[in-house]
Amino acid sequence: MRLSTVLPLTLALATPALAQSTDWQATLDAARGQTVYWNAWGGDARSNDFITWVGQQTDARYGVKVEQVKLTDTAEAVTRVIAEKAAGQDTGGSVDLIWINGANFAAMKEQGLLHGPFVAGLPNAAYVDLSPAAAASVDFTVPVEGYESPWRLAKFVFTYDSARVEAPPATLAGFVDWAAAHPGRLTHPNPSNFMGATFLKQALIELTPDPTVLQAPATDASFAAATAPLWAWYDALRPNLWQAGATFPENQSVQQQMLNDGEIDIAMSFDPASTAAAIEQGLLPESARVFVPAGGSIGNVSFVAIPYNAANWQGAEVVANFLLDPATQAHMQDITVLGSFSVLDPARLDAEAQAAFAALPSAPALPALAELGPTLLEPHGSWMTRLSEEWARRYTR
Amino acid sequence: MRSRGRALRAGVLALLLGGIILPIGFGLWETLRAAFGILPAIGAHHLSLEPWRALVALPGFATSLRLTLITGIGSTVLALVLATGFCAAVHGRIGASAGARLLTPYLAAPHAALAIGVAFLIAPSGWIARLVSPWLTGWDQPPQIASVHDGWGLALMLGLLVKEVPFLLLVILSALGQLPVRQEMAAGRVLGYGRGAVWLKLIMPQVYPLIRLPVFIVLAFALSVVDVAIILGPSNPPTLAVAITRWYSSPDTRLILPASAAALTQGALVIGAIALWAGGERVVAALGLRWLRRGARGRSAEPGLWTASALVAALMGLGLAALVGLALWSLAWRWPWPLGLPERWSLAGWLNPASGWGGALVLTLGLGLATTALALALAMAWLEGEDRARRGRARWAAVLIYLPLLVPQIGFLYGLNVAWLRVGLSGGIPAVIWAQELFVFPYVMIALSDPWRALDARLLHTAAALGASPLRQLLAVKLPILLRPILTAAAIGFGVSVALYLPTLFLGAGRVATLTTEAVTLSSGSDRRVVGIYAVLQAALPLAAYLAAIALPAMVQRNRCNLNGALGA
Repeated sequence: MRLSTVLPLTLALATPALAQSTDWQATLDAARGQTVYWNAWGGDARSNDFITWVGQQTDARYGVKVEQVKLTDTAEAVTRVIAEKAAGQDTGGSVDLIWINGANFAAMKEQGLLHGPFVAGLPNAAYVDLSPAAAASVDFTVPVEGYESPWRLAKFVFTYDSARVEAPPATLAGFVDWAAAHPGRLTHPNPSNFMGATFLKQALIELTPDPTVLQAPATDASFAAATAPLWAWYDALRPNLWQAGATFPENQSVQQQMLNDGEIDIAMSFDPASTAAAIEQGLLPESARVFVPAGGSIGNVSFVAIPYNAANWQGAEVVANFLLDPATQAHMQDITVLGSFSVLDPARLDAEAQAAFAALPSAPALPALAELGPTLLEPHGSWMTRLSEEWARRYTR
Repeated sequence: MRSRGRALRAGVLALLLGGIILPIGFGLWETLRAAFGILPAIGAHHLSLEPWRALVALPGFATSLRLTLITGIGSTVLALVLATGFCAAVHGRIGASAGARLLTPYLAAPHAALAIGVAFLIAPSGWIARLVSPWLTGWDQPPQIASVHDGWGLALMLGLLVKEVPFLLLVILSALGQLPVRQEMAAGRVLGYGRGAVWLKLIMPQVYPLIRLPVFIVLAFALSVVDVAIILGPSNPPTLAVAITRWYSSPDTRLILPASAAALTQGALVIGAIALWAGGERVVAALGLRWLRRGARGRSAEPGLWTASALVAALMGLGLAALVGLALWSLAWRWPWPLGLPERWSLAGWLNPASGWGGALVLTLGLGLATTALALALAMAWLEGEDRARRGRARWAAVLIYLPLLVPQIGFLYGLNVAWLRVGLSGGIPAVIWAQELFVFPYVMIALSDPWRALDARLLHTAAALGASPLRQLLAVKLPILLRPILTAAAIGFGVSVALYLPTLFLGAGRVATLTTEAVTLSSGSDRRVVGIYAVLQAALPLAAYLAAIALPAMVQRNRCNLNGALGA
């Protein structure tokens, strides 16, 4: 009885695995000689260098070259795919791989602009927790369903200069008093940029009466009720922001430069390691440190996705798979390389891989995982869109 | 021979029609369709005015419109006034060729590079503030002043002026070469007019018609510039052109429709501003006539002229300091507030061309050479066709040629990209060369046509009388005599190619990474040192081209004393 239920199950499990390995070999064969045009935000030199390194590795191992198309904004790549679809170019598209998440992913998935599902077919996906509730399975509450593959972890953190700031505010609510005591020393990126919007979301999660409503799509009523405390908080904060809240930096890199120039005291990032990395690069003072609000901060995963019309989708899958290799992830988490936290599930790694992670060097500005506090779930994507719109409606004159 | 000339001209014209007008028309058509609700790729199929309603409802639209008009028209008026005042005060005191050489670095340095440099100079934590802090100002921290990204767009206007005043100075200088300035100045002085008064009353009215087109180009550029406005302009809301770029690249793809409507608005804005300007010309002309007839000798104008000259000198000092600041950054490791010079120096960026600038340099160089060679060939074919057909310049043809400079890029580039993709020629080097040609060719024509047409016809008659065929006249007489202006035109074309941002970005599908696209991308990042490297290279390439344009003829024609620029300038 028991055997008779187990046997078909094993067979059912074994067959796809067998099919997978032959399929993967076919993908590898087709990928050889391809050049993958990886569209990725190009504002960070270390990420760019890491992508270059990835290309060298995949070229040596699989004969797949990587050419980074440096974007100022990921939406550029989305616009490009839409333009190609508008022109009827359904094959041989110019974008092979996109560093993507959140609203851009939701938009592309909704409009059928993505290739896949392909993640389950990647051999190294075995190291990732892909259960339905896992971080790598949900992107801003939108189910990933195999249409994008994770590669690095993002967690919202603040950066401050410990030489100028003794005690950073412990909560978002505390920012109001802190800014009043230090007028003009705080700002956030424009909320039309994802980092600026994330700052508002972080505050929203802390201030809203019932954070669970944020996991459902926003309606007019739920949005008005949930965000009322946010706008009251922001109205109190804004007069004491940099330039009296009349103008905002374009993105977090510009904001980090302002911190380095001493124009402001607090910056923000989606990468807990970016501060230590920036210090090593000479882009922040040695005294820069990271802090996280007491209740924890928003976290999400950076993915790579393949457009539906990608010319070199096999090569793109090979690159996506290489990014999930434990050795690649350990190299990426090295503070002297990129310092981004791995997306792999430690429980699924063998002893050798776990040792590789344990042996990574540390730095004074690099927070330990425990210091980062709990990870708060990203609200449903509609909240971000509405927050940006509502902010623009209230404060863009 | 006349018919062959006509055929040559018709050939170039056909190339222009097929290569410029048709694609721009296609591009505008796609933009127009999207502006009225038709873009099947995002599921918009129905003709409607909804995109326009959405556009008007977008926050800050009215402010963006107002900002664009104020900064665009304001900077152009100021640039013209300053350039005129400077020429009035200084002309005759500095030789034309020395003047042109002085202007070269400003003309060569791309807008984005200068803007990044200016931003570092004038920012609250910028170089100027660092040099005087804290010992003079007492600022331990950068002051709370909005000296860049200010809500009025003053920093943006300053950034535009640094680039536009030298450009207008150059075109005024070259226009002066076509007028008997010395005699008129002498006549005016004999009648008791001050230098400045002679300039404003006698010479400027003759110069202005010659520089009208460049002024319009400056106006159109200032109204639709994107890169400089991102770096220096207001951000909440930004100018219209920046807002359109943001909307086009928003994750919310529905915004493409109102963005297209805004792109058409941008086009209307430029047309409206040019019309307004033309109206202003009449008013100024009428007032000027009355002023002229009153016959005042105008010695009181002198202080105003010297103020303008001082301002121009200050602007040029600012531009130079901006470039020097960037060069310093490219050699810095850390340069924290409030140090006047970097704390630690490093050659790390320069020693690692594989980090990206090596490839971008080679590609930019190749693109520039290819587009410039093509533009020169086209321009010479056009002008030679004119000569052989014994026909003067045709106004309608000039309008066709200059069209790409007057229509805002953002208005047709998106649609153009769609059109290209539809034909199956997706982003790549050829598409970029062609797109750059749209902008390089007009500038080469502007630079080359006047010296070409001013060529002394008696030389050609002599050559013809000696039995030289038209081809031999071209090769043995025209080209050697015109070597200097040809090389100058080539240098200008090369400089334009190096600086082009939007066309390279859109039609290269982002894959064609030139120094300029990389510099603008990186200026959204936080590493001024890398931006410094790109900006220095970006300015150095065209500068080298200009220097070559000055040095080569001097070397080749060192034993031809009458060719030293007299015909070319």
